[in-house]
Amino acid sequence: MTTKKQLLKVENAGIRFGGLKAVSDVNLELKQGELVGLIGPNGAGKTTFFNLLTGVYVPTEGSISLDGEKLNGQAPYKITKKGISRTFQNIRLFSELSVLDNVKVAYHSLAKHSMLSSIFRLPSHFSGEKEMEEKAIEFLKIFNLEKSMHEKAKNLPYGQQRRLEIARALAANPKLLLLDEPAAGMNPQETEELMNLIALIRERFSLTILLIEHDMLLVMGVCERIYVLDHGQLIADGTPEQIRNNPKVIEAYLGEEVS
Amino acid sequence: MNILKQAKFFWTSIVLAIVFSVIMQFLITGGTLNQFYVNTLFFIGINIILATSLHLIIGITGQFSIGHAGFLAVGAYASAIMTMKLGLPFPVAILVGGLAAAVAGLIIGIPTLRLKGDYLAIATLGFGEIVRIVFLNIDYVGGASGMTVSHLTTWPWLVACVVLTVVVIANFTNSTHGRACISIRENEIAADAMGINTTFYKVTAFAIGAFFAGIAGALYAHNFYIIQPTNFGFLKSFDILIFVVLGGLGSMSGAVIAAILLTIISTYLSSYPEVRMVIYSLVLITMMLFRPQGLLGTREITSFFKAGKTAKGGVQHDDKKTVA
Repeated sequence: MTTKKQLLKVENAGIRFGGLKAVSDVNLELKQGELVGLIGPNGAGKTTFFNLLTGVYVPTEGSISLDGEKLNGQAPYKITKKGISRTFQNIRLFSELSVLDNVKVAYHSLAKHSMLSSIFRLPSHFSGEKEMEEKAIEFLKIFNLEKSMHEKAKNLPYGQQRRLEIARALAANPKLLLLDEPAAGMNPQETEELMNLIALIRERFSLTILLIEHDMLLVMGVCERIYVLDHGQLIADGTPEQIRNNPKVIEAYLGEEVS
Repeated sequence: MNILKQAKFFWTSIVLAIVFSVIMQFLITGGTLNQFYVNTLFFIGINIILATSLHLIIGITGQFSIGHAGFLAVGAYASAIMTMKLGLPFPVAILVGGLAAAVAGLIIGIPTLRLKGDYLAIATLGFGEIVRIVFLNIDYVGGASGMTVSHLTTWPWLVACVVLTVVVIANFTNSTHGRACISIRENEIAADAMGINTTFYKVTAFAIGAFFAGIAGALYAHNFYIIQPTNFGFLKSFDILIFVVLGGLGSMSGAVIAAILLTIISTYLSSYPEVRMVIYSLVLITMMLFRPQGLLGTREITSFFKAGKTAKGGVQHDDKKTVA
């Protein structure tokens, strides 16, 4: 286990909006193939941290590097191409597009055919589009969505929309997958299916996953390590067992004990 | 299999278009159609180009631009200078008109496409007005009294340009590049996170749209004997915008149909100048009341012929979507 390569390294990263330090001094390391949880009370800065990793915000301090390559200040689409892909807390599908096209959009950056070949319908356009379609259907099959591939994304039931979002993120061919509250709004059965799905994709795509989640059952159940964020700062990290008994974490979630 | 079908459909449409244009050519040269109908036909062709080019910017990429007449003006003046001042042949003028408008599109697009929604609309509206005022104050192109242009737009050139516009924009849309543009319209943040270079695609769509508006400008200038800056005011921009909105945002066939219908309506109404604008406005109001999503919604006309396929795709929830 010690030979595993380091994938993501975050050093003293932080961001301030004017006088507000939303996230500060975060040090975090992910090794290849790990499944790590990021938890914390509401407003702790978890999603802001995801936005730092994906380039939506540029960190005002510290550095973020993937596979030894610095990511600070790069445009989000470039970071995605380098191998970080994400889902969103509030689902952001391309709702008027079909389920299949949603996945194809994510596959776009891997497309080989140029704009001119598409406009003039050269052979490379047809082969490129065909390859995309086959790949996209392959992804949908893994997620059991191939039956509804011609439906508009907005017409899918909620649980399937969440699954489609993960499928779409995976189609961008990431090394690191960031899941922002994947189980939000799911019932216990759907959550369990999701846990199995996460385990499956992790094995199949040899992925590293960082997930934000409020459902403790899910976090404690699947994550190997957990980071806890509160008021923009990391207050703890360790195995689920250690986190469960960490006094600082209990304090952040439940408040101090009255003496 | 799907792709083969697509190719077959594509070639059938091209052949039909050629057959139609040849028949029309005979009717025009044979004198069966009187000049009034021929003029209307030319109007329709130019408006189809304008509608589809704006459709790419608004309907597909979701960038609310209302300065399209500006690109029309740039194309019209650039091509008129080519033929009238420099004596170059008409095809060169068409190309230069398109390229000049595309360059204008790049210049205006790169800074303004950072803006969203209303702000972009205001910026592009401003651009349209600036173009008009600039031409108004350049004596080289005749200033306010305009520029006389010889009549060079012929039916074959018009048809060729219309077909080229429709084919290029349809092919662009039905490819991964078009999907990238649609994903920007649907959710820009998600598109960015999925590896789409959103700035690149917004600017590209803008430039392609401007290019074809410039081509329409070249045809327009060489059809009317005279071009004046007042022809390219913001009312012209709104005329084009109405084609796109009325046809259904996101539907190219809708934009084409709306361009045809509205051109016919407004041409016929020109015999009754007093009530023309009243009736025209009433048509628009009625339309927006009873079908706010536009004539075709986001669907294409071809989807109505594939009844079996859409039925399988489930119920079409055409959400009532309005703009602005």
